[in-house]
Amino acid sequence: MDAKLKSLVLENSNDIVKMWLEEVQSNKNKEYTSTISDELFESTNREFVNVIFSSIENQGLSSELDDFSERLINLGWPLSYLTDGMQVFRRVTIDFILSQSDKVDSEYLSRVMQKVDAWVGPIINRLVNEYSGSWEHIVSLQRVALQELSAPLIPVMENITVMPLIGTIDTERAKLIMENLLDGVIKHHADVVLIDITGVPVVDTMVAHHIIQAAEAVRLIGSTCILVGIRPEIAQTIVNLGIDLTKFPTKSSLRKGFQSALELTNRKIVTTEEKDESIEKLIDSLDGE
Amino acid sequence: MDFQSCVNIKKEWDIVGARQLGRDIAKKIGFGTVDQARIATAISELARNIYLYAGSGKVCFEAIDDMNHKGLSIIAVDEGPGIEELSQVMEDGFSTSGGLGAGLPGVKRLMDEFDIVSEQGRGTEIKVVKWLR
Repeated sequence: MDAKLKSLVLENSNDIVKMWLEEVQSNKNKEYTSTISDELFESTNREFVNVIFSSIENQGLSSELDDFSERLINLGWPLSYLTDGMQVFRRVTIDFILSQSDKVDSEYLSRVMQKVDAWVGPIINRLVNEYSGSWEHIVSLQRVALQELSAPLIPVMENITVMPLIGTIDTERAKLIMENLLDGVIKHHADVVLIDITGVPVVDTMVAHHIIQAAEAVRLIGSTCILVGIRPEIAQTIVNLGIDLTKFPTKSSLRKGFQSALELTNRKIVTTEEKDESIEKLIDSLDGE
Repeated sequence: MDFQSCVNIKKEWDIVGARQLGRDIAKKIGFGTVDQARIATAISELARNIYLYAGSGKVCFEAIDDMNHKGLSIIAVDEGPGIEELSQVMEDGFSTSGGLGAGLPGVKRLMDEFDIVSEQGRGTEIKVVKWLR
């Protein structure tokens, strides 16, 4: 009987495809496909239904299915398009088979449903797996990318390094900041480290606590930590919270922090002689000849 | 503007979500940047307390609009172990987790109104209000 069902469905594939296309087209009004052009939607539907039939015919999942889902993932089609499509296919096929049979008892009905499920189930599973696999891949890539960005240490000058912090600081990142800071201070022989919090949106007690600990650890290995980039509103909230940041120097901007870092390492910024003057001198000396 | 929206706190990153929603609502009400920072920080403290001590809970926001007053009310609710000694946690420098111990007293200073109800074994509910001036 299984083989009979299969041949019935395959022989009448045109009718089923027609019914399926009609149903899926009517689903197009739903929000998720409204931005897709009619032509593309139609051609994708045809391809989709061909993929379904070829995998039923070949008694298994074809590489066509993988190719098809991969292409849809790359185009950014929602997963719900595929799962909805498969549900519609299940419904349409069962309807069709039942309409072709003379007598329908409960046993026959359950056999039909089982058979159709056996066709549809694996395809849905494969599609969902492909999609979630690609999402997991993206998430893991972004996690790595974020981690690389999360606590950079830049040696700007001999003995002076800067750690610019941008974005939210959570416990995991705070740990990374501490490790990178201490490693970097020793690696670059830094006397002064500037921690720039211009890009940190909220400084609560947890963030302040981690910064204080990091600064204290830097002090223990013999360097000075300067906290820079404290915006006025952050300064006010720190005062309201009652956080004590007097143990290390703080500055409003990286520029000011850098100046005091230079002072701490016995250096200063000197403006060189103006270029215009030297050119004039050059011209004068040329005239003299 | 009479709506209430909540953020469930289960993971550490939910704190960021609560903060962002709170900041957006505060901006809509018309708070300035300094008050926005205060509100975001207060939400951060309340949400972190839920995450650290109760494990899970929620933070709700409500825009208040009286005849002559506008403001934002934030309610943080959890069903955690509760707070043993309320007067102690409102002291500066008291912490059971090795933190700075500035969280709750800090929130009280950041906001205009502060209400705390805690029952041991039942949970904690903190309601704070910031008025628009």
